Amino acid sequence: MSNILGDVTQGTYHEEKGFWRTYVFSTDHKVIAKQYLALSLFWAVLGGFAAYLIRWQLAYPETAAPGASWIPEPFMYEGVVPPEFYNVLITMHGTIMVFFVAMPLLLAVFGNYLIPLMIGARDMAFPRLNMLSVWVFTLASLVLLISLFVPGGAASAGWTGYPPLSAKAIYTGVNWGMNLWIVAIALEFAAFLMGGINFLTTTLNMRAPGMTLFRLPLIVWMQITAGVVFMLSVGPLIAGAVMLLLDRVIGTTFYVPEGGGQPLLWQHLFWFFGHPEVYVILLPALGIILEILPVFSRKPIFGYRPIIYSTIVAGILSFIVWAHHQYVSGIDPRLAMPFSITTILISVPFALIVFALIATLWKGSISFPTPMLFALGTLGVFLIGGLTGIFVGSAPVDIYFHDTYFVVAHFHYTLFSAVFFGGFAGLYFWFPKMFGRMMNETLGKIHFVLTFILFNTTFFPMFFLGIGGMMRRIANPMQYEFLQPLQPINVFITGSAILLLISQGIFAINFFWSLFRGRIAGPNPWQANTLEWSTSSPPPHENFHKIPTVYRGPYEYSLPETAEDWLPQNQPELEEVKK
Amino acid sequence: MKDALNMKIESMTLTGTGIPSGKAGVWCFLASEITVFGGLIGSYLVVRLGSGGWPEAAAHLSFSLALFNTLVLLTSSMTMVLAFDAVEKGDSKKLRTFLFLTILLGLVFLGVKAFEYAGKLAHGFTPGTGVFWSFYYGMTGLHALHVLAGVIVNIILFMEALGNALKPNEHRVELAGLYWHFVDIVWIFLFPLLYLT
Amino acid sequence: MLSWLPENISTYGGDIDSLMYHIYYITGVWFFLTYGVIIVFLLRYRRQEGQKAAYVRGDSLTQAGWLLVPLLIVLALDLWIDFQGSEVWAKIKIDAPSSDLLVGVTGKQFNWEIAYPGPDGKLGTADDLEMENELHVPVNKVVHVVLRSKDVIHSFFLPNLRLKQDVMPGRTIEAWFEATKPGRYPLPCAELCGFGHSGMEGSLIVHSLDEYEKWVQKNWPHKP
Repeated sequence: MSNILGDVTQGTYHEEKGFWRTYVFSTDHKVIAKQYLALSLFWAVLGGFAAYLIRWQLAYPETAAPGASWIPEPFMYEGVVPPEFYNVLITMHGTIMVFFVAMPLLLAVFGNYLIPLMIGARDMAFPRLNMLSVWVFTLASLVLLISLFVPGGAASAGWTGYPPLSAKAIYTGVNWGMNLWIVAIALEFAAFLMGGINFLTTTLNMRAPGMTLFRLPLIVWMQITAGVVFMLSVGPLIAGAVMLLLDRVIGTTFYVPEGGGQPLLWQHLFWFFGHPEVYVILLPALGIILEILPVFSRKPIFGYRPIIYSTIVAGILSFIVWAHHQYVSGIDPRLAMPFSITTILISVPFALIVFALIATLWKGSISFPTPMLFALGTLGVFLIGGLTGIFVGSAPVDIYFHDTYFVVAHFHYTLFSAVFFGGFAGLYFWFPKMFGRMMNETLGKIHFVLTFILFNTTFFPMFFLGIGGMMRRIANPMQYEFLQPLQPINVFITGSAILLLISQGIFAINFFWSLFRGRIAGPNPWQANTLEWSTSSPPPHENFHKIPTVYRGPYEYSLPETAEDWLPQNQPELEEVKK
Repeated sequence: MKDALNMKIESMTLTGTGIPSGKAGVWCFLASEITVFGGLIGSYLVVRLGSGGWPEAAAHLSFSLALFNTLVLLTSSMTMVLAFDAVEKGDSKKLRTFLFLTILLGLVFLGVKAFEYAGKLAHGFTPGTGVFWSFYYGMTGLHALHVLAGVIVNIILFMEALGNALKPNEHRVELAGLYWHFVDIVWIFLFPLLYLT
Repeated sequence: MLSWLPENISTYGGDIDSLMYHIYYITGVWFFLTYGVIIVFLLRYRRQEGQKAAYVRGDSLTQAGWLLVPLLIVLALDLWIDFQGSEVWAKIKIDAPSSDLLVGVTGKQFNWEIAYPGPDGKLGTADDLEMENELHVPVNKVVHVVLRSKDVIHSFFLPNLRLKQDVMPGRTIEAWFEATKPGRYPLPCAELCGFGHSGMEGSLIVHSLDEYEKWVQKNWPHKP
């Protein structure tokens, strides 16, 4: 083991390690980030396929979905989704997209890759813990995969797993599938706890000389805030998951009313974590666009410190809003109003960040390469997600919208914008750093235009479905007379969704083509200021040949005193120019 | 002036908080552990306040055994502190003695716990008997697992101390101590909540 | 957009709808305002030869004003929505009027069991009548619904009444409504409750007063 702290002053540490130590059992944060990237893209394909089957069933109930006839009984019957399997699909789609795509992509990939590079460290504070984290996550992935194939079927109680439906096998017929689902989630939490501890400790203790807390790039602030919010919110749900597992396996009665337990308890524990979790996903995505906008506007971010403060305020507020998921769940109605107020107030810090982003564009010199397009797309889509949140945040309006497609549309506008628009923005932006080559611009722009249009044609009509009263999680809207007039919307959405899924193939082609054939990027293709661009692309083992010294904040673009419109954080000159 | 400042900056290797990374990591870990037990204890309080008939169920627990266990655990925290003190003074003989005592006391705690469980199960109070018993087994069980983990960590340290392999990593005793005190403090909360009310 | 709402037939549904419309207008204005500003900025400040971006960090007080003033407007509108919301919420959920009719609704996989108290007006007595999936009520009367569940969580959803309430096993939850128009309306379950969740649907049948009287006569022939 190399002692990371000891090497800092002595230049780069190099050792040939062979295939296994370099690519599989690696402690290098950059390799670990790529491992997480591979896993999350794998899961994104599976989650997307589940979405396809869900959409097909909703548009053309009980007909065979094209390309799905290979799935054997008892899952599907010659391509037809039976109701039990439909519940499995919605459960897995939610679980996969939130826990196995969003979190690894936004936290583990970008956090692991960028934090050490951006703060000027050689690696994480605990490299072996980092390796353990990715292996625990792999184990969680395996357990979730196995849970799909055990007798009795996979978990089918929704990704929220409300008991008693989830607490007793008799209600769903699912036995080990559900137990393994709980185990997989718990393992995933353990992996991200290790990650969070690493992020926080690394940022606190491993910064390069001169890198004060208020010179950190905003994405680092976002990542560590997300990490802290995760660490402090997930505990109660871990306790809750242990209780749920005990209820299922040894017959305790935490959530079983016949034994004196309370089903509502789980909802409190779940949403005490569940709402902060939304910000755990959202903050890194906001961080990505906060990095990209200044680079392509050639302007400092507007209001660096106010953004940090509102991030922290949003993080704190996220702990006192959870019951807004439970307005109609049977909680004391007097509790609803305080939670409605805190929920709607949370729009204030996020409005500040949005205003700051818009103000960053003002008087800029804006160019539109693919990462910038996706960053702007994130902003545009997130705005709709945020504004529609006011509807469901208001308790009386939520009486009607709760558990309808309005909610489905709302959270896809927030989460899809964060995970996919934000994630793509980040991948297009840092791909040159990660792999040393540029991605193809033409394919990138086609990918953006298709994704942006098809995303909106897929999810915006869901607001109409919700307003029309369509419940979420129903397998067949045609069973309801009052929903039949809405069916053309369902068909339209399914068409869009299929095209949206297909258009992601352009990204896959671009990704693999550019990996081998892309133009060589050079260390700093975007002329950006932050430290990761000061080292070669891809960076060497242990990141820097010499640990850089930091002289200024991360967003010093277009200074009046300099001829160039950028000034890297580690470039000492300006001191001389000024004096 | 500026040069002097730059030189000073260059001479520092890293910007940090001054808290060793290992310690900061353990504190982060304990913070999330607090929320795990916090969630469990909070759930217990909510369910308990929401339903009657609990004191009767709690009356079946043995207060004296639990009190004995509390004393065992408190003593073990003291021996852990003494072990850390021995490491700081470089006294490896004392270190081994106190680590051994800590491990022994942890095992005594677990033994008493097992005896208690066996007694309850023999009287027919299983985890499925009612929600009080669910919480009793759930909370004390999760705590016992934490004690077991602490005992294992201490055994590893003890083995290293035997072979003098601990020398370069003496701070580990402090980190293990932090964890051990945390486990102790959790018990201080569980004891009155389950046995005294 | 909101014209997709199903017809409202409850006394309080109008309050929910008008709150919805207020939020719709407020968020609509914000939507066009922010989108407009973003698009104008993107066109006006696109990269041009020889034009350098302005160095604006937004850390002076006048510059921060550009954040603070819109923020205060957001805050004021938030509080206004909260204030309106709490009045509507109190009307629906806290200050329920006294009931003219008591009905028991019990969710089970995958049906609604409806219990009518019968002529004595009490639930759980010998003259109760039980029906599956059909909730008959008179028009313009305050109906209290006693919600229970036999197995898992279901959600009692009456889209036309703007009423939704989860039913929780082990608990008894009361909801109320007053329907204003006779007719037959859907009563689906809105919370995932198992493989038969989709299709778990009953009907609310709102009778005019004499029609309801006839229905009662028919079902309780012994009514004194």
